Amino acid sequence: MFLFTEGGHSIPVVDPVSAADAGGVFGLLWLVIGLPLLGATVLLLGGRRTDPWGHLLGTAMAVGSFVLSTLMLIGLMGREEGDRSVTQHLWDWVSVGDFEVGMDLLVDPLSILFLMLITGVGSLIHVYSIGYMEHDPRRRRFFAYLNLFVAAMLMLVLAENYLGVFLGWEGVGLASYLLIGFWQHKPSAAAAAKKAFVINRVGDIGMSLALAMFFVTFGSTSFTVISANASGASEGALTAIGLLLLLGACGKSAQVPLQAWLLDAMEGPTPVSALIHAATMVTAGVYLVTRSNFVFELAPTAQTAVIVVATVTLLWGAVIGCAKDDIKKALAGSTMSQIGYMMLAAGLGVYGYAFAIFHLITHGFFKANMFLGAGSVMHGMNDDVDMRAYGALRKVMPVTFLTFAMGYLAIIGFPLFSGFWSKDKIIETALVESPVAGAAALIGAGVTGFYMTRLMLMTFFGEKRWKDGVHPHESPSVMTVPLMVLAALSVLGGVLYLGHWIVDWLAPVVGEIPEHELPMPAIVYSMITVAVVAVGVGVAWMTVGKRPVPTTPPTDVSFVTRAARADIYGDTINDTLVVKPGAALTRGLVSTDRSVVDGLFTGTATVLAGIGQGLRRAQNGFVRSYALSILGGVILVLAALTVVNL
Amino acid sequence: MSDVNAYIGLSAVLFTIGTIGVLTRRNAIVVFMCVELMLNACNLALVAFARQHGTLDGQVAAFFVMVVAAAEVVVGLAIIMTIFRTRRSASVDDASLLKY
Repeated sequence: MFLFTEGGHSIPVVDPVSAADAGGVFGLLWLVIGLPLLGATVLLLGGRRTDPWGHLLGTAMAVGSFVLSTLMLIGLMGREEGDRSVTQHLWDWVSVGDFEVGMDLLVDPLSILFLMLITGVGSLIHVYSIGYMEHDPRRRRFFAYLNLFVAAMLMLVLAENYLGVFLGWEGVGLASYLLIGFWQHKPSAAAAAKKAFVINRVGDIGMSLALAMFFVTFGSTSFTVISANASGASEGALTAIGLLLLLGACGKSAQVPLQAWLLDAMEGPTPVSALIHAATMVTAGVYLVTRSNFVFELAPTAQTAVIVVATVTLLWGAVIGCAKDDIKKALAGSTMSQIGYMMLAAGLGVYGYAFAIFHLITHGFFKANMFLGAGSVMHGMNDDVDMRAYGALRKVMPVTFLTFAMGYLAIIGFPLFSGFWSKDKIIETALVESPVAGAAALIGAGVTGFYMTRLMLMTFFGEKRWKDGVHPHESPSVMTVPLMVLAALSVLGGVLYLGHWIVDWLAPVVGEIPEHELPMPAIVYSMITVAVVAVGVGVAWMTVGKRPVPTTPPTDVSFVTRAARADIYGDTINDTLVVKPGAALTRGLVSTDRSVVDGLFTGTATVLAGIGQGLRRAQNGFVRSYALSILGGVILVLAALTVVNL
Repeated sequence: MSDVNAYIGLSAVLFTIGTIGVLTRRNAIVVFMCVELMLNACNLALVAFARQHGTLDGQVAAFFVMVVAAAEVVVGLAIIMTIFRTRRSASVDDASLLKY
């Protein structure tokens, strides 16, 4: 079954078979979420007793989940092409009147790729964390949160209805809050966690309103029902839903204007940053847009909004990445930019969904690789993150250097590395379908080349600028082995595109890519992209590589650099537009409450007390005046009775 | 009927005299007597009405009033005695301490 859009594209309808019918390993689908959830529960409830082996249990649960996911992938591959979506009904979740939501899971070509990425990269990050967090007294708790994070993200991608997605969505928000603020003794970490949580709540408003819209429009939140009935809904309703989903995606995926939390989120331990940026959390927005293709394809306005947001974000993040001296913040700017690429591809609709997911996966590999590499560098540099205090680390950290270099070559799109294939396809598609966004993506690729080269040069090349007492050393093998695996994946990730495999694989979910004429052969686009990247790399070499790097940031810099150092004033904009008016509104409400509401009540009380003070005088102690007032009262009552009776 | 009217008229006159007495006199004993006058004016009215209707209800009520009045006199006079002992005066205006 297909939906047909006005543009003549056909979108597949979600039409899964039940796990009971599919048989085999699919009956264990719930365990994919269940294992990490069990790990988190045991570690959190078990307390200190689980300290000695908590990290091993957490890792085992993630690996177990990965093994199950692999079996699912093999199971799906063994099924017929059009029949690769399997659903499992666990229990009736919400049942109110004729509104029913089941706790249903759905595994199909789209979610299985996410499953592999989340559990695969997640497992490697778990292994790495064993070494990275070795000296942290709260390591067991850290692993509990990691497991919770993975479980929530798996819930998000496996749910068969938007309410289930929302459950995972909120779980991811909670786990990211706990992990970003893991070193809660640092006020900056606590503030960053709160900031991430609050900004994500803004996005969640969009998500929950979209849920309500689904309920109103379709009477259901199930993908199956909504995709089958989407063409019957009005375009206005679908546009509204699309924009609300985009707001939600902006919050989770750190897209402009809800991007400000991502850079502060670097306060968390480095494996957390890797997990947030590569395998979970920020990919949720891309997943949401891709999964909701049956909404976006029928709402072109919402698609345009996605493209605009994505284009702004990819340049915004790239510019920030250029000026940061904090290695993790430079990488965070890069993530923002790369997620922008994915959103751009997703915004291009049926032409781009597969490439969005492709880039998401390759980015998951190389960004996890580089974040863990940055963690390895920090591990050897006494947790210093300032690249101006690095330099010449390639000799003392050869493994970290080599693996990081693989990630570097992948992200700038060096030919034949994984990022080359995925980013190149996005730029090519964007140039054809939306030339302005395509041009921006091309420029962004050049800027990516610049800031990543700058990062490499400042960290691993040049002269030693180490602070006193710092003795860099290579990390233990429990940390370097995950790096090597990720480096290999960064290099080889492009095989997913071998023979258009990923495009064909995803076609039953996101639709076949329609034929579109390329004005120039594809190779020309690749060459243009590589040329632009080479310019970026060259500029970085001229400005950073050939000159000594000052150990304190130069102050006589251009307006653009100042802006980029201040995150392009993202916080200032938020403060001016939201925080300050909000605070003023709150103060106004408080003073209104004090003066008007409280004034009304205290005023009434004062008046009544005054009347009482006056009337008190009537109690003068003279018994005869009391008698007179009684007489007066009796006369009044009699008179009244008389009048009434008349 | 005119008989009853006369009794009622007398009753009203007595009641009014009693009321005016209560309101104008300062001596507690006199006030007390005026209260008795009012009570008995009521009794007179009750009896007169009972006679008119040929029933005993009013008569019984009058007896009750007398009983209550007697009890009240006992208490009231005791209070007046006590006030007089402490203040050497039976003026109701002097005993005005219980006020705002």
